[in-house]
Amino acid sequence: MKIKRMLGSAAGMALGLTTNLAHAAYELNLQAPESPIADQIYHLHTLIMYVVLAIFVVVFGVMFYSIYAHRKSKGHQAAHFHENTTVEVIWTIIPFFILIGMAFPASKTILAMKDTSSPDMTIKVTGFQWKWEYDYLQEGIHFFSTLSTPRDQIDNKATKDAHYLLEVDHPLVVPTGKKIRMLVTADDVIHSWSVPAFGVKQDAIPGFIRDTWFKVEKPGIYRGQCSELCGKDHGFMPVVVDAKTPEDYAKWLAAEKAKLAAVVEDPNKVYTLDEMKSKGEKVFTAHCAACHQASGMGIPGAFPALNGSKIATGDKAAHIHIVMNGKPGTAMAAFAAQLTDTEIAAVITYERNAWSNHTGDVIQPSEIKALRK
Amino acid sequence: MDATHAHDHGHDHHPRGLMRWVKTTNHKDIGTLYLWFALIMFFFAGSLAMMIRAELFEPGMQFVHPEFFNQLTTMHGLIMIFGVIMPAFTGFANWQIPLMIGAPDMAFPRMNNWSFWLLPVAAIFLVGEFFLPGGAVAGGWTMYPPLFIQGGVSYDLNIFAIHIMGASSIMGSINIITTILNMRAPGMTMMKMPMFVWTWLITAYLLIATMPVLAGAVTMLLTDRHFGTHFFNAAGGGDPVMFQHIFWFFGHPEVYILILPAFGIISQIIPTFARKPLFGYASMVYATGSIAILSFIVWGHHMFTVGMPAAGQLFFMYSTMLIAVPTGVKVFNWVATMWKGSMTFETPMLFAVAFVCLFTMGGFSGLVLAITPVDIQLQDTYYVVAHFHYVLVSGALFSIFAGAYYWLPKWTGHMYDEKLAKLHFWLSVISMNILFFPMHFLGLAGMPRRVPDYALQFTQFNQIASIGGFIFGASQLIFLIVVLKAVRGGTKATDKVWEGAEGLEWTVPSPAPYHTFETAPMVK
Repeated sequence: MKIKRMLGSAAGMALGLTTNLAHAAYELNLQAPESPIADQIYHLHTLIMYVVLAIFVVVFGVMFYSIYAHRKSKGHQAAHFHENTTVEVIWTIIPFFILIGMAFPASKTILAMKDTSSPDMTIKVTGFQWKWEYDYLQEGIHFFSTLSTPRDQIDNKATKDAHYLLEVDHPLVVPTGKKIRMLVTADDVIHSWSVPAFGVKQDAIPGFIRDTWFKVEKPGIYRGQCSELCGKDHGFMPVVVDAKTPEDYAKWLAAEKAKLAAVVEDPNKVYTLDEMKSKGEKVFTAHCAACHQASGMGIPGAFPALNGSKIATGDKAAHIHIVMNGKPGTAMAAFAAQLTDTEIAAVITYERNAWSNHTGDVIQPSEIKALRK
Repeated sequence: MDATHAHDHGHDHHPRGLMRWVKTTNHKDIGTLYLWFALIMFFFAGSLAMMIRAELFEPGMQFVHPEFFNQLTTMHGLIMIFGVIMPAFTGFANWQIPLMIGAPDMAFPRMNNWSFWLLPVAAIFLVGEFFLPGGAVAGGWTMYPPLFIQGGVSYDLNIFAIHIMGASSIMGSINIITTILNMRAPGMTMMKMPMFVWTWLITAYLLIATMPVLAGAVTMLLTDRHFGTHFFNAAGGGDPVMFQHIFWFFGHPEVYILILPAFGIISQIIPTFARKPLFGYASMVYATGSIAILSFIVWGHHMFTVGMPAAGQLFFMYSTMLIAVPTGVKVFNWVATMWKGSMTFETPMLFAVAFVCLFTMGGFSGLVLAITPVDIQLQDTYYVVAHFHYVLVSGALFSIFAGAYYWLPKWTGHMYDEKLAKLHFWLSVISMNILFFPMHFLGLAGMPRRVPDYALQFTQFNQIASIGGFIFGASQLIFLIVVLKAVRGGTKATDKVWEGAEGLEWTVPSPAPYHTFETAPMVK
């Protein structure tokens, strides 16, 4: 079936019939630059391509002429020269000057890229396996940004939409025309935060903070992807930036702050098992299912099953401990800083009462809160 | 390979059967072992690449899971580098260096045996990883922590395999250096050595300098994994980026370990088929030396996106660009060797010409990547994948094919099937470009490497690349057939084999007898 489909599309391509995609197939160059740095990079690349093409044509013009003219079948007799100091000095020195010609503009761009001084605003981005967290340091809001492409599209059970794998639930929202400084770090392994249209790619290194900057003039949605192998779902943690005019950005910011104020949780509220289970399922899908799978069966050898596991059916305190503090040396992250008390309580309750686990335990937010002290 | 010895001289005593190969100290036998080992691993690692291209034929997950996909890319890279290209070059060195310098054997024949037999052990470990719980190593061939720290038992086995392969390489290098420096025939001064011998001499020094660095880096990974050291863990006062500095201090010279012997092979072949001596021999030697020295001060260009200071980026950009100068000298010298020659185009020459042209394209994309701002845009995209496959497939691998066809008559005593070999060449060179050229466009458009699935706008070029990949993979079976046919029989090769061939290896009979140059020849 799959083979047949592959052969079908191979045949279709051979006939030039294949592309039924609406956009950007057969793109031959860098993405259209939308920031001053990306613009400089674009022109640097174009300059080098011209230089390289010229050298290629000259050198291989000579070589292919020689292949055509100096062959034994044409009766060409071999000459015997094997040295010429003048020529050798010339072709050592000329490339040197060509290189200096390229290095000069490139150096200027490097210095401009590195200049993160006097930003209009600063946003901290943290890479996780496999999502991004954006933290607006001055504005006091933060949220996670995860892939929103439905699983069915990845598994070829549904038609893929236009932005397949390049769409997230909460994009980074920034104002246009402002110099935005990004502080980039990671929680677990190295990731890389990248938006090609801005000419930005900065590795996110756990334990260290690096910075980079961009400024975008045109409102719109810009897309990139994690660009450093970070494990199983490396291909599934896109970066989406929504650039809004300053007015629209201000409106968005006000709405976000209002939303935040509306959902202040009462840490002492007591929930029922069903309430916690349904809350917990959502948390599980967003933060846990990538490894432990929606079925709770994990991936044998790589990620342990929770269904019927000792931790999820045994001692409650041990279960809470591993969720909050992670397991060093594995992909199991410490969720204490990522999730709220209610979320942690809910997801543990869910794990202890989902699939074939029926402990009946209900963990309350107050228990988590007590552990945080 | 028994046909090799159909014409053994009376005094060529050696054990027969399996024990001949296990216990052999003969440089020709060991060379043969290295070459067959490399060929077998080539088909294994190649089949991993076929699975990668099958999965990437269409968007969506078709055949494999993401974690298995990462195992495929990781093991494809590790095995192709440590199990194919390096052993193949060492096989050439074992066969050819004593023949080229008029030595009876390698300097340390027993160590030579040990160097080889370590490799199958390492290979069993690497391949065996697929059958361990959690599967093979999936953190990329570069093994960056902290991701590498997260893995299971196969990661430890992988570290062990790298230690073994490193020990093998170091012993092989000591042998090669000692042989070249001490066992040259009377009259063969350093500046009269064939280019292949020169390039291997320099490569062996690179190996001795860098393999211990790699061994150190992976040992630190091992102790971080199990013994609570925090070399690469910021929480314990370490730095994940330090691993990258150490790794690439090995890794960049390693890149030249994979290409300098190729330069040597090409520098033997082009003069033979142009019937004209190598142009600028001395400048070739100096260029090779310069590349080797520069290779130690450019490692940072693999890490332009880690956030090093501007001064670091500028330094590594300038030093990297400098490498274009000696590399350019080499290409110009090859073209000048061809110029006004009397060329014929048997298969070794076809592969050599393709090498010069396509390796240079890989060099040009390398120059694009040397420019830090452009590199930051292209780092970890398919542009990089295209770049290093142009230098490693149409560079290193094509030189191995060229050398294999060039010396096969000397090794087996039979001419290979020229028609089939030419078919192998044309299919390889065309499909190689269908496979890798579109990857430049994918990278420019922003497709990251090491992803098992991709956005829809990358579909067309991925399909083209996959089709090229399948043709390229299938074409390599022709090479196997040509080699097997030549081993089994064929037109008897003359001693000189090629009309324009020069050098001591062409003065001994074909096939080369089990023992050669027991009395050292005189070189004028």
